[in-house]
Amino acid sequence: MFPSQFDYHRAASVAEAVELLSSLPDAKLVAGGHSLIPAMKLRAAQPAALVDIGRIPGLADVSADGDSLVVGALATHAAVADSAAVRSGCPMLAETAAAIGDIQVRNRGTIGGSLAHADPGADYPAAMLALGAEITAVGAGGERTIAASDFFVDILTTALADNEVITSVRVPCVAGGAYLKHRHPASSYAVVGVAACVGMDGGNVGSCAIGINGVTGKAVLAGAAAAALCGGPASADRIAAAAGRVGDAFDEPLGDLYASGEFRAHLAGVYTRRALAVAAERAG
Amino acid sequence: MRHRVCLTVNGKAEEFDVEPRLLLCHLLRAYVGLTGTNIGCDTSQCGSCTVLMDGKAVKSCTVLAVQADGCEVTTIEGLAGADGLHPVQQSFWDNHGLQCGFCTPGMIMTAVEILDRNPGATDAEVRHGLEGNICRCTGYENIVKSIVAAGARGS
Ligand SMILES: Cc1cc2nc3c(=O)[nH]c(=O)nc-3n(C[C@H](O)[C@H](O)[C@H](O)COP(=O)(O)OP(=O)(O)OC[C@H]3O[C@@H](n4cnc5c(N)ncnc54)[C@H](O)[C@@H]3O)c2cc1C
Ligand code: FES
Ligand code: FES
Repeated sequence: MFPSQFDYHRAASVAEAVELLSSLPDAKLVAGGHSLIPAMKLRAAQPAALVDIGRIPGLADVSADGDSLVVGALATHAAVADSAAVRSGCPMLAETAAAIGDIQVRNRGTIGGSLAHADPGADYPAAMLALGAEITAVGAGGERTIAASDFFVDILTTALADNEVITSVRVPCVAGGAYLKHRHPASSYAVVGVAACVGMDGGNVGSCAIGINGVTGKAVLAGAAAAALCGGPASADRIAAAAGRVGDAFDEPLGDLYASGEFRAHLAGVYTRRALAVAAERAG
Repeated sequence: MRHRVCLTVNGKAEEFDVEPRLLLCHLLRAYVGLTGTNIGCDTSQCGSCTVLMDGKAVKSCTVLAVQADGCEVTTIEGLAGADGLHPVQQSFWDNHGLQCGFCTPGMIMTAVEILDRNPGATDAEVRHGLEGNICRCTGYENIVKSIVAAGARGS
C-alpha cells in the first residue's frame, strides 16, 4: 500500500510552514506521520501536498520554565517519556507519553501531531485537560495560546485553523497526577484513559481534575466527579463515591465492535477510581 | 515532483531520486535491494518492517523516504560485523528464537533498541518492549528468551 500522489515541501521555519499551508491548495502538515501516513496509505486522507515540519530547529525542545514545562510540538512521545525534567516535574505527563503505542510509534509520533489529530483514543488529550495545559499555535495572524479545555472540539476536530501550526505546549508541574489506560489489545490506543490530578490542602483534597478519553468523540473533563472529591480526605470511600459520578461527563458514549459505549462508561468509573488513588498517594 | 534523498544504509552513503509517496520500506527493498526488511501488515501494527533510523527503531512502512533524507539507516543486513553475527542474532540462533522467520528481522531490530536502552532487560521488560512486534508462529517464548539471554551475555 502507498499513498496517492502528493507534492512534498520541507519547511525550514514555522513562518515558512504557515506560508506554505496558506498558499498551497489542500496542503497538510506532517510531523511524525504516525497518524497521517497510515490514513494516506488507506487513502482515507489524500492531501495534494505535505508540508514537513519535522526538521524545524528548536521545535523538539523540552524544558522546565519555573513551575511549568514547555514541550516543543515536535517532541516525540519517547523524548517526553524519557525527559528528566518531565519525569521529575510532572510524572503523569511522562507516564502518559510512555503509555502511547509501542517503542517504534513513540520514536516517531509527536505531541503536536497527537493533539492536532485529536483521535478519541489518543492518550495525551485527557492529560492536557486534567493538567490545564495551554497550547501555543502560530498562524497567518500571529501567535495565540489556546487552553486545552477550548482546544478539543469534536472527534478529530480541534480549535486550530487550517493554516495554524502548534509550536509548543505549556504544562503546569503537578506532583499528584496519574494516567491509567485500558489499552486496546490490537491497536494499543486507549479504549478508556483517565488522567487524574489531586492537590492536598492539609488532610483534605484541595483541588482535583479528571480528564477522560476514549468514551466520547473528544476527551472530556469529569467536573462533577472532581468536585465531589474536594473538601474531604482522599479516602477509598470518598474516591469510590467521586468516581461514581464520572457518567455525568458523557453526553453520548461511543461504542464499537470491541467495547460498547456502556462498557466504556463503566470502565471510565473503574479507571477513575484507580487513577485518583494513585494521584492522591503521589500528592502525599 | 521527484526529490533527491541521501541515505546512509548500513554504512554506505547513497542517493536516490524518489516520488514523495515512496515509503522507506519500499526504498530499502526495491531500490537498495535489501529484502531482509519484511512488510507484514502494511498498517503499522506488526513491526516486521522495523529498521533503525539514526539509531532508533522505526516501522519503515510508516516513514516516507523523503522524511528519512540525511539519516543513517541500519537494516537486518547491516547488523552482523566482520567477526560474525550480532549478539542478538546469535542469541536467536542459540535459543531457537524463530520458526518461519518472517517477523525475525523486525524482532531483532527492536531487540537491539530494547537492549541498547536497558541491557539488563527482564523477561517482563522485553515483552513490554515487543508490544509493536507480532509473531504468528512462536508464541513469543523463545523470542523473549533470546533477547534476555543476549542482554545477559552482553552486560
Ligand atoms: C501502530 C500505532 C499505534 C498507536 N497507538 C497510539 C496510542 O496508544 N495512543 C496514542 O495517543 N496514539 C497512538 N498512535 C498515534 C500516534 O501517537 C501518532 O504519532 C500521533 O497521533 C500523531 O503524531 P504525529 O507526529 O505522528 O502526527 P502526523 O501523523 O504527522 O500528523 C497528524 C495530524 O496532525 C497534524 N499536525 C502534525 N503536527 C502538527 C502541528 N505541529 N501543528 C498543527 N498540526 C499538526 C497533521 O497535519 C495531521 O493532520 C498510534 C499510531 C500507530 C501507527
Ligand atoms: S509492515 Fe510495517 S508494521 Fe507491519
Ligand atoms: S517466526 Fe514466523 S512470524 Fe515469527
